[in-house]
Amino acid sequence: MRRLGSRKQRKSRLRGEMVLAGSSPSRKDVLVVEPGDHFYPLSVAAPGSMGRTGSWRTQRPVVNAEKCIGCYMCWLYCPDNTIIMREKAGPRGQDVASIDYEYCKGCGICANVCPVNAIEMVDESKFISQS
Amino acid sequence: MGLSRDESGGEDGLYKLLREKSVEIRFHGRGGQGAVTAATLLVAAALNEGKWGQAIPSFGAERRGAHVLAFARISERPVPIHSQVRRPEIIVVLDSGLLLAEEERKKVLAGASSDTIIVANTPKPVNVGGAKLYYVDATRIARELGLVVAGWPVVNTSMLGALAKATGIVSIDSVLKAIKSYWPGRLGELNAEAARRAYEETRLAQAEKITVTR
Amino acid sequence: MALEAEEKTGVRRGTVIPMRGNDAVAYAVKLSRVKVVAAYPITPQTIIVEKIDELISKGEMDAEMIHVESEHSALAATYGAAVGGVRAFTATSSHGLVYMYEVLWWAAGSRIPVVMAVVTRAIGAPWNIHVEHSDILSTRDTGWLIAMAENNQEALDLTVMMFRVTEDPRVYLPGIVGLDGFILSHTVEPVEVPDQELVDEFLPPRRQPYTIESGAPIAMGNIIPDEAFEEHRMDMHESMREARRVIEEAGREYGKLTGRDYSSLVECYKCSDADYLFVGIGSWMGDAKIAVDALREKGLRFGALRLRWIRPFPWDELREYGLEKKAVIVLDRSISFGYAGPVFLEVSSALEAKPSMVGVLAGVGGVDVNYEDMVKIAEHVAGLVEEKGRVYVPALWYHLGEFYPMKPGPLPTRKTPRHVNKLLEELWSKKT
Repeated sequence: MRRLGSRKQRKSRLRGEMVLAGSSPSRKDVLVVEPGDHFYPLSVAAPGSMGRTGSWRTQRPVVNAEKCIGCYMCWLYCPDNTIIMREKAGPRGQDVASIDYEYCKGCGICANVCPVNAIEMVDESKFISQS
Repeated sequence: MGLSRDESGGEDGLYKLLREKSVEIRFHGRGGQGAVTAATLLVAAALNEGKWGQAIPSFGAERRGAHVLAFARISERPVPIHSQVRRPEIIVVLDSGLLLAEEERKKVLAGASSDTIIVANTPKPVNVGGAKLYYVDATRIARELGLVVAGWPVVNTSMLGALAKATGIVSIDSVLKAIKSYWPGRLGELNAEAARRAYEETRLAQAEKITVTR
Repeated sequence: MALEAEEKTGVRRGTVIPMRGNDAVAYAVKLSRVKVVAAYPITPQTIIVEKIDELISKGEMDAEMIHVESEHSALAATYGAAVGGVRAFTATSSHGLVYMYEVLWWAAGSRIPVVMAVVTRAIGAPWNIHVEHSDILSTRDTGWLIAMAENNQEALDLTVMMFRVTEDPRVYLPGIVGLDGFILSHTVEPVEVPDQELVDEFLPPRRQPYTIESGAPIAMGNIIPDEAFEEHRMDMHESMREARRVIEEAGREYGKLTGRDYSSLVECYKCSDADYLFVGIGSWMGDAKIAVDALREKGLRFGALRLRWIRPFPWDELREYGLEKKAVIVLDRSISFGYAGPVFLEVSSALEAKPSMVGVLAGVGGVDVNYEDMVKIAEHVAGLVEEKGRVYVPALWYHLGEFYPMKPGPLPTRKTPRHVNKLLEELWSKKT
């Protein structure tokens, strides 16, 4: 979720006229949607309203595609919509979970709900690459 | 004719307008007798004559049989007033019982002076301590016309006819017109007939002076 | 009775009908072509909703009535309809208003125009159904516009006007029209109901900043950064200040059409040349006007300044008329316990307490206060000013003909009767 951007952007998104569906077309039934020059507390669904939250992570969920049965439990439970299901990409042709590490905060809920322990939480320090 | 929003009261001011060009009326009845409706119809009648009027119900322990009050004001011009009537020039009593029981009688006569006109529903004169009493047997009129609702004779419209006769603050024609437009059809005709009969039957009683209880 | 048009002035009249204040509001709602009404009944507001229901069922009004289970839901449903894109209305009183308090903030913060009538009434305990201003004044800081009628005509006119003002893109805030419980709500007086075509001309099609519809989801009221929240509040503040210009414009135009001018946020009765001023809100300011003339007969030059609008606050007008006065008497029908009446505090700050000021508390819980009481109050205050030169009394309670200054001074007490205390003691001893 994210704010509707700058005041100007908010305006352009909301500008327009509409006629109420199902009402008679008399003048009085016309609703004018006219954004005034104000701050509206509106938001639309979009990734990254708080920035790239992948940096919040101390532990990283790692999916074992061999074990994954494509049940979608992690996909259902992830509070940040960072589970991406890849259809029929598993070794047995099953759907397989993968994770958007740009935004995954490492909360571990996916690992917790996985019925076959296919997701392991691994310390981020393990992924420090040596130069 | 129109509703003037000029509330300046003219050169004389609002206080004089209220004292000299306005009449304050108090209705006493029993819960269910239609005192509030009577006050409302009086305003409609006044409006028919191009006057300004106002009807104020007094709410509290309103229930069937209890002593209830309503106020009304009639004026040549609008008065920006919304308080209750404390010293009525006219008192309308819908039920003779309210003038018989001492405790209720005190309430009816509160704020009255020897100039106050009392218009009461009673078959014969009752002691109002000396105020000018006009009386009519509205209960009989209602029964004769079959104006009975839930066992109670409807006397409020008759009393408006009596009020018109006793005080002349509104004409009987205005009262009849107000009643007929409030209840279109037969009900209106019956109530208007009650008011007309009461107008004809209302009499002035002779009584001794009352003590002023303001 | 239809009245003839006054061709010279361009003023068109309506039909004069004797009606209660609550009926007047209902007719205003009908004339404003409101499409959704959601409400929960409470004395003395009930008639408004009953009358609207009647108008709908008779086919005189084309609207949807939603009977809800509480006032919280009433405003939520009204707001929901409004955000969906129609003119919506609700009405309440006292406990009902308090119960919907949370939703008031949501409606204002979302910037969606909604109109509500508040029929003023005391808040319990103990139980009381009569007039007091503690309910409507508790909405002061919610971001709603607040207007207060003096009579039934104004209750109708202000309701129609409120739709136009709240739906102006410079404002986009909801609005409350207040009318005194019973004193206006149940009192019958002649009201001129403007013709529909006149109101159609005055009220433009509904405007609102956005709609929420299925198929194009947006969320209102999400958590936002603190800085953005503060900016949002700054914007609301600015809009409320801007509202006064919109009110003046709308009031002027309403005057041109109907002959009843509402271009000022205050109503001034003989206050320009006055030495003393009554200031207050609501129906009893009519009695104050009568008191003004009675006092002038006695040689005391009084005037009455009624605040027709409470938000936006008529700051400029108050200063224009009030700053140079010998004394200003503010009449309050509610109290901020231990200090003074809310209207007094507002007026006092606007006038920087420059004139002598006395906050008079009276009429709380429906106690009848008339012009004679006001004459008494005025003479008492004028006496104080003569004697002491300058006075500042935040709370002088006027109760049944007597004055009770906050301190020092005896207060009237109706203590719990002894037998009740005894009963309580007995009950308590059994319990312990």
